[in-house]
Amino acid sequence: MYNFDFVKPSTVEEAVAALADDEAQPLSGGQTLIPTMKQRLNAPETLVSLLGIEALKGVTVGGDSVTIGAATTHATVAKELAEAYPALAALAGNIGDPAVRNRGTIGGSLANNDPAACYPAAALASGATVVTNRREIPADAYFEGMFATALEEGEIITRVTFPIPDAAAYVKFEQPASRFALAGVFVAKFADGVRVAITGASEEGVFRWSEAEEALSGNFSAEAVSGLSLDPDGMMADLHGSAEYRAHLAKVLTGRAVTAAG
Amino acid sequence: MPKDGIGASVKRREDLRFLTGTGRYTDDINLARQAHVHFLRADVAHATLNAVDTSAAAEMPGVLRIFTAKDFEGIGGLPCGWQVTDKHGQPMQEPKHPIMAEGKIRHVGEIVAAVVAETLDQARDAAEAIELDTEDLPAVIDMKQAVAEGSPLVHDDLTSNLCYDWGFVEENKAAVEEAFQNAAHVTTLELVNNRLVANPMEPRVAIGDYAMHDDSSTLYTTSQNPHVIRLLMGAFVLGIPEHKLRVVAPDVGGGFGTKIFHYAEEAFCTFAAKQLRRPVKWTSTRSEAFISDAHGRDHVTTIQLALDAENNFTALRTDTYANMGAYLSTFAPSVPTWLHGTLMAGNYRTPLIYVNVKAVFTNTVPVDAYRGAGRPEATFQLERVVDKAARELGVDPAELRRQNFIRKDQFPYATPVAVEYDTGDYEATLDKAMQMADYAGFETRRAASVAKGKLRGIGLSHYIEACGIAPSNLVGQLGARAGLYESATVRVNATGGLVVMTGSHSHGQGHETSFPQVVADMIGISPDQVEIVHGDTANTPMGMGTYGSRSIAVGGSAMVRATEKIIAKAKKIAAHLMEASEADIELKDGAFSVAGTDKSVAWGDVTLAAYVPHNYPLDDIEPGLEETAFYDPANFTYPSGCYICEVEVDPDTGRVEVQSFVAADDFGNVINPMIVEGQVQGGVGQGIGQALLENCVYDADGQLLSASYMDYAMPRASDLPMIDVDHSCQTPCTHNPLGVKGCGEAGAIGSPPALVNAVIDALQRDGKSVPHIDMPLSPARVWAAMNA
Repeated sequence: MYNFDFVKPSTVEEAVAALADDEAQPLSGGQTLIPTMKQRLNAPETLVSLLGIEALKGVTVGGDSVTIGAATTHATVAKELAEAYPALAALAGNIGDPAVRNRGTIGGSLANNDPAACYPAAALASGATVVTNRREIPADAYFEGMFATALEEGEIITRVTFPIPDAAAYVKFEQPASRFALAGVFVAKFADGVRVAITGASEEGVFRWSEAEEALSGNFSAEAVSGLSLDPDGMMADLHGSAEYRAHLAKVLTGRAVTAAG
Repeated sequence: MPKDGIGASVKRREDLRFLTGTGRYTDDINLARQAHVHFLRADVAHATLNAVDTSAAAEMPGVLRIFTAKDFEGIGGLPCGWQVTDKHGQPMQEPKHPIMAEGKIRHVGEIVAAVVAETLDQARDAAEAIELDTEDLPAVIDMKQAVAEGSPLVHDDLTSNLCYDWGFVEENKAAVEEAFQNAAHVTTLELVNNRLVANPMEPRVAIGDYAMHDDSSTLYTTSQNPHVIRLLMGAFVLGIPEHKLRVVAPDVGGGFGTKIFHYAEEAFCTFAAKQLRRPVKWTSTRSEAFISDAHGRDHVTTIQLALDAENNFTALRTDTYANMGAYLSTFAPSVPTWLHGTLMAGNYRTPLIYVNVKAVFTNTVPVDAYRGAGRPEATFQLERVVDKAARELGVDPAELRRQNFIRKDQFPYATPVAVEYDTGDYEATLDKAMQMADYAGFETRRAASVAKGKLRGIGLSHYIEACGIAPSNLVGQLGARAGLYESATVRVNATGGLVVMTGSHSHGQGHETSFPQVVADMIGISPDQVEIVHGDTANTPMGMGTYGSRSIAVGGSAMVRATEKIIAKAKKIAAHLMEASEADIELKDGAFSVAGTDKSVAWGDVTLAAYVPHNYPLDDIEPGLEETAFYDPANFTYPSGCYICEVEVDPDTGRVEVQSFVAADDFGNVINPMIVEGQVQGGVGQGIGQALLENCVYDADGQLLSASYMDYAMPRASDLPMIDVDHSCQTPCTHNPLGVKGCGEAGAIGSPPALVNAVIDALQRDGKSVPHIDMPLSPARVWAAMNA
């Protein structure tokens, strides 16, 4: 790790001001940034911690939606949304290990948009809205590919609002070493249709599987997707699985997520 | 069951300090005026190294000195401790193994320069300012390509990348060929024994220290064998005589073989400390460990088994390419040869065996012994090919094994691969394991799995290992450049307590608990009166350390011999005190008595007399009570056993879940059953790791793709089943005083083939079969094999 300055503002405005410096980077739970800094792969001059901003923390349950502050840890989401949005709480409760869940935050995860992260699948499948210090971004417009998002310079996530589906489930198949998703599928059934988001598999990061959504909107059962297939073209391939395997896995998990959602 | 002597599950006394964080590992040691070294390591696999420009780096804050290969001119390379002779009678090719890259980089991770600075951060900062003038060369990675015509050379001064081409037993080759021609059935299997990274919990650490007042050097290091390091480094690298060099290996957090070897970092820190007149410390990061700790396994093998019409094994032949990496690590040449070829008989009567091993240099990290070392590679291929033969012939794999076992009335049994098994009863362990696993009830469990959409398989392996390493005169003939005896000094104090100074080294094995059980049992006192000292050349006799499941079999035997000398002398003292004949003295429960009388004198009275010799046979014996013994074993020991594994396979994802694992081992006599159980469970855990998860992978350019835990999958508790261990089948070793065989490596040797056999069994369905899947059996690989 190289030397850096550390600031911990208490308001969003102060954080944005501190981030105006080109060499400053925001720090939330630090579960990705800190390891890369320790390996000297990342060398911000200033880290702007968002964890001193109380307004970014906590969970609010509304009638048909839940809102999660950007600096809310996975552990808090797992605990506090267990009743209001159990599929989302279960997803949060299975990210990483207890140390990760007690440091990592939803805002950090969505801003980083790791192609194998769990939260992007939940946000995209739920049709969540990512709220920043400047605007509201629908999930469909937010994810722009591997580690790429609609966030602009100086824009930070403040909270995320998730509509609560009628039924939902997330099924993750873990990469054996990192335990990130080799493929993960979030299925959410709403009155006006089903949304299916797949993480871990594509070179473009999280994506919606429209054929499955269409089939499931007519018949919400595992059989509805059993005849479908995903094109391996564009899927990731590495030590842990070929593109064909990931495409197959995503399909299998979609069926399992539908069954789990009931 | 004895309360706390031999055979009792005494709780591990060392765990108090380990579990309360009060152990003293090498990294816990910090010396006054200590400087820190950061090694600049190669990030390419193969390149010429034309120049190392340290001028800018040397001016950086805190830098004390930057070392490059030039600083080691005239200093020896790291020695190799074993010379293998090839099938033509020629010695292996043995290139220099420099402390730092000399003119050429040969693997990612090789040390190119070393920066010693006041702080570690300063050293790292300066290392980034070092400029290298290099020219990339094509990397030599694939072993078969490496020995093909026209391959680039890893070492320009060698004639090829072939270290040796070993044939064993060369005289048997023609007879083996003939047996194959006459065979009723031949089973052939090509397989890979996957390359592994040992990953002990504690990374390696070295601290060099130099004392000007007596011109002596001290090295603190994470070693399994401090005396070996002292001898190798002192005599062959730095030219420091033993009396001026002390090596301390305090608490060591796991070794698994990779801490046997003498590494460049140890020599560097010792050397630099003397140059700078300051202690120099290095602590490996986990990332460094992946590219600098010796790796394990990495064999590519074709094995063939010949059977007659009655399914008797008539011959076996096997061809292996064994990866040496870029340089020969300390014991690397012995692993695919004498620790591997000699095991190819397994538990079977196969009369004719021929083993060919081509050891190959590649642009990868050196490969050396890893838990089991050669024996897992032998067991894996043998137990896989036997299983494949059973499937091809349509017979029960357990019964094919039973039919071909060496029978219990055939011991001692001389195999066609140069070793003589002293004892064993393979049917006993097979029957025990089958009973523990409810082998007969498998079909019911399979049906239950099928009902929930899973495939279920059962697999077994029956292993043998040669451990208790090793008879010095034998290994000397085989090319070892060291003896493999062990030593112990037993010092009895005036008030009756004992200190045992052993050349064995405990880095997780529990010697501080099990060794006192033996000594205390012999005298009839509490183990609490016995302390074990190990890990410091300054206060232990010259010993060869711990690996090859040798500690209790060889180190324990030395301790027994020394204790026998103590008892013999104590009896003389007791006889004098009681005015009786020495021949009439009996020792029981810590008291000496005169046979047939009620005369008795306590252990403590005798020990006090030895040190306060007022009433003492000074004309016959010296005061004091301290004895040393060196024990050189007459043979290897041959533990064996049967492992049975059951798995479920998810046909939709290829995921394998281990449902049950039973281990029935014959370790001969057992000192501490609880520790033995833990050793087996740990070994099986590592074996399951190899079979299901772990894989060290290089790309064609020699970059390590699995260079962190993001891509190198270590087994976790959730990956492991309950491991049911039994060691009630006991055929004691006939040639050591305790009748013990050793248990440290068995689990890692026997478990991979049991697991793979179980998965292959699970995939026999609907007329389909999968002949083989290379480890690790990751979900992706299993799914691909099912859908090939």
